[in-house]
Amino acid sequence: MTEYSMISVIIYLIFAPFIVSILSGVDRIVTARMQGRCGPRLLQPWFDLIKLFSKESTAVNGIQKILVMAHCFFAIFSGAIFFAGGDILLVLFALTMAEVFLILGAYSVNAAYSEIGAQRELLQMMAYEPMTLLTAAGFYLSAGSFRVTDIISGNVPLILKMPGFFIGFCFVLVVKLRKSPFDLATSHHANQEIIKGLTGDLSGPVYGFSLLAELYEEALMLGMAGLFFLTSDRMSIIAVFIAIAVIMFVMSLIDNIFPRVKWETLLKTEWIVTFFAGGGNLIILSLIRK
Amino acid sequence: MSVLSFLILFPFFIAFVLFFLKKDSLVRSFIVFIGAAGELSLSVYFAIDSYLYHDIEMGTFYLSETHDLDMLIAALELCLMLVVFFLAVKYKKYPVMILSALGTIPALYMDLTGKSTTMASHIKVDHLTVIMVLVVGVVGSLICMYAVGYIRDYHRHHKEFRDRSGYFLSLLFAFLGAMMGLISSDNLTWMFFFWEVTSVCSFLLIGYSRTPEAVHNSFRALWMNLLGGCAFMAAIIFCIYVMEITNISQLLVYASLPTVTVFPVAMLAFAALTKSAQMPFSGWLLGAMVAPTPSSALLHSATMVKAGVYLLLRLSPMMCGTYAGTMVAVIGGFTFFAASLLAITVSDGKKVLAYSTVSNLGLITAAAGCGMEEAVWAGIMLLIFHSVTKSMMFMSVGAYENSTGSRDVEDMHGMIVRYPRLAFIMTIGIFGMSVVPMGMCVAKWAALRAFIDSGSVYLTLFLCFGSASTIFYWIKWLGKIFSVSRGSERHKDNVPAVEWIAMYPLAILAMVLCLVYPLISALAVIPYIQNAFSGSVSRLVTAAFESGSAGGEGIIAAISTEDFIIMGVMLICICLLPVAMKMVNSVQERQVLSYMSGFNSGNDRSFYDSHGEEKDQWLSNWYMNGLFGEKRLLPFCLVLSSAFVISMMTVCAIGGLFI
Repeated sequence: MTEYSMISVIIYLIFAPFIVSILSGVDRIVTARMQGRCGPRLLQPWFDLIKLFSKESTAVNGIQKILVMAHCFFAIFSGAIFFAGGDILLVLFALTMAEVFLILGAYSVNAAYSEIGAQRELLQMMAYEPMTLLTAAGFYLSAGSFRVTDIISGNVPLILKMPGFFIGFCFVLVVKLRKSPFDLATSHHANQEIIKGLTGDLSGPVYGFSLLAELYEEALMLGMAGLFFLTSDRMSIIAVFIAIAVIMFVMSLIDNIFPRVKWETLLKTEWIVTFFAGGGNLIILSLIRK
Repeated sequence: MSVLSFLILFPFFIAFVLFFLKKDSLVRSFIVFIGAAGELSLSVYFAIDSYLYHDIEMGTFYLSETHDLDMLIAALELCLMLVVFFLAVKYKKYPVMILSALGTIPALYMDLTGKSTTMASHIKVDHLTVIMVLVVGVVGSLICMYAVGYIRDYHRHHKEFRDRSGYFLSLLFAFLGAMMGLISSDNLTWMFFFWEVTSVCSFLLIGYSRTPEAVHNSFRALWMNLLGGCAFMAAIIFCIYVMEITNISQLLVYASLPTVTVFPVAMLAFAALTKSAQMPFSGWLLGAMVAPTPSSALLHSATMVKAGVYLLLRLSPMMCGTYAGTMVAVIGGFTFFAASLLAITVSDGKKVLAYSTVSNLGLITAAAGCGMEEAVWAGIMLLIFHSVTKSMMFMSVGAYENSTGSRDVEDMHGMIVRYPRLAFIMTIGIFGMSVVPMGMCVAKWAALRAFIDSGSVYLTLFLCFGSASTIFYWIKWLGKIFSVSRGSERHKDNVPAVEWIAMYPLAILAMVLCLVYPLISALAVIPYIQNAFSGSVSRLVTAAFESGSAGGEGIIAAISTEDFIIMGVMLICICLLPVAMKMVNSVQERQVLSYMSGFNSGNDRSFYDSHGEEKDQWLSNWYMNGLFGEKRLLPFCLVLSSAFVISMMTVCAIGGLFI
């Protein structure tokens, strides 16, 4: 571990939740403006989180809490591997591990909403995982390594080589940032048919842990989106910020324009996009490499 | 040599003794115990002995002059054929007789005329043999031990079947012996003999209960495997008459001449595909679940299907970029993906396991067909991890069935509270199959990298999609185990001690393997690959692989030392979870009811419906039958894969014979 990666991990561990909650605050304000509302305060997501941790801790059973905490731990852990410049496949596998613990936590309550949310989350994982793995493959083919430190040390932004992967990855982001149309498992909107889905039986600090994990996870996903733009040139960081801002805006737009879809549509669209955008780009990259 | 011959003959001897002990008795259990423990320690001793006292680098050769043994084998082959004939006539399944004769008669002829042997040795021991001996010896013996307890309970629950448990146990041991013979044979005709023994043994095991379904499934297994046997025979005839060689290692010398070897390699690969239950031959393995669980465990984990992938891994230096290799890789990748989708749609625990076996074997097959060093590394690792984990899963499902009368995943609801010890085994098994710090996923990771390196886009796509659906069916099963109904209590499991003796070591082994696999890799897998690929046209040696094996930095190719340490940390964190749970729960807190839109009737198990009446809630997993149901997807997959195999085999046969 170099000094540089040490610093970036520390920044990630300390500031990621704060930065992402500001981002989601902006997102909520933008969404509200699109709908002609005023919207909450900028720091509202952050205050929500703080408040949750000050509440009384309750749980439905003895294993629920530890499973959610394990989810939070592994979500932070996988992000830390990423920001330390580690192997991107390991990051993805660790993230899967984290998701598994959240799903088990939801299953453990043995309640209808939680369980249906858990299965939808599983379905979402199944829908987006081929794309995330393919994206890693794409980085490997175009940068010659799975390691984040090597991926960002190129001279040209990788998006030029992998536009197909980027399109596919944006579809993953729609799922991971829990935007409609694909917020099937749990949603930030009160009017959804399965209420809070797999987080439905979490409350107080336990729910706080799951939200905290979500913030870290979002930081990781946006970081991965940034990989498409970051190069060895220091100034490329500005491109990353612009890209993230654009992505977040497009996500809000999607959130507002599209109605919710059924899970079959989710699976089909995700897999079709993965197959054509990801697979097509993969063929081209493999051919170039030979 | 003495150790090895003992290793092969000892299980046959135990099988012979058990065959005559029809009644369940202490003596019989003791003999099984001695047999299993003996075979286990023999295989470990054999591994150590080969490393310390023999030249394992180049392979140790035994038995070059074997006229008498060849006669014995010819006689036994005839017996096998007669057994098949007898049962075929008894159940009026005549076509298998033709297949059996087609395979056996040429073998008899060559044995009797001495064509089947040159001065080359019949037995060869190298790194891969040692790995396989350990897998078969350790996992197989533990399954035999488990079988003693299981079969007793089985007949207690199934009074309708005649108790032939002596015969059953004897078959299990014969299977082990045949497997040991198969993996140490270098002579193709000998290998063919053991190959046919495993086919017939599995046929007899599947038909154990003699129900119409069992008979039907057993004959399906038989004809598929005999068909593979015929292909094997065709390869042998070609090798002997055209190439004038008799051994696998001699065939491998021709690796750089793919035009010469295309016919025998394609035929052997075809045989391996039938044995490893790849599509379109997956049907026999799924049908095999009618047999008592220990035989399923044996067929799925340590023996039978592993014989197929073992042969493919042996042949893999000849696969890279050839037609046979493409056939194997495509079929393997396709089976991996399709079987994992099918596994989502079934709820019978053993059937999920069966599809998962087919799927995982598909990945090993694809890795072998890819024919690159890294892929073969991943394939061998998958083989090891899969054997340990899958046998454990079968055992725990079998034990659960004997305790509760059901093996349906839906009935495993809340198992973690009701049967915590079995749930513990199953959890390790499922984690081992699906998530990262555990073995299977690590090997999958290496396979992914190898597929990308080899530039085969289709394999990369199959792997990415397949591993996503794999997670789905495992985690929903795990979720069922973890759903705790309020107020459920621990039940007493009626699992006999001898079954725990088999399951606990496997569970511990599954965990320990995750920490010591770099050692296995450095001691056996990488040396084997270096030897196997040294003479071949390995066009795709990646820089990472070279630095990984030579520099000492990074124990293996795909996974660097740093990644290995990170995964070790993850594993330790997971192991600490139960401790952490104790600590978290030591703080007393309020327990609340689960959320049911405010209509929870107060016990978390029922709710008030719109008439105000109390109704029980029933939660079920998703099976998505509308999307990937067996009826919908399976025929399509079978037709597609059959068409592909037939056309590829035709190309290889015409190309190999006439061009």
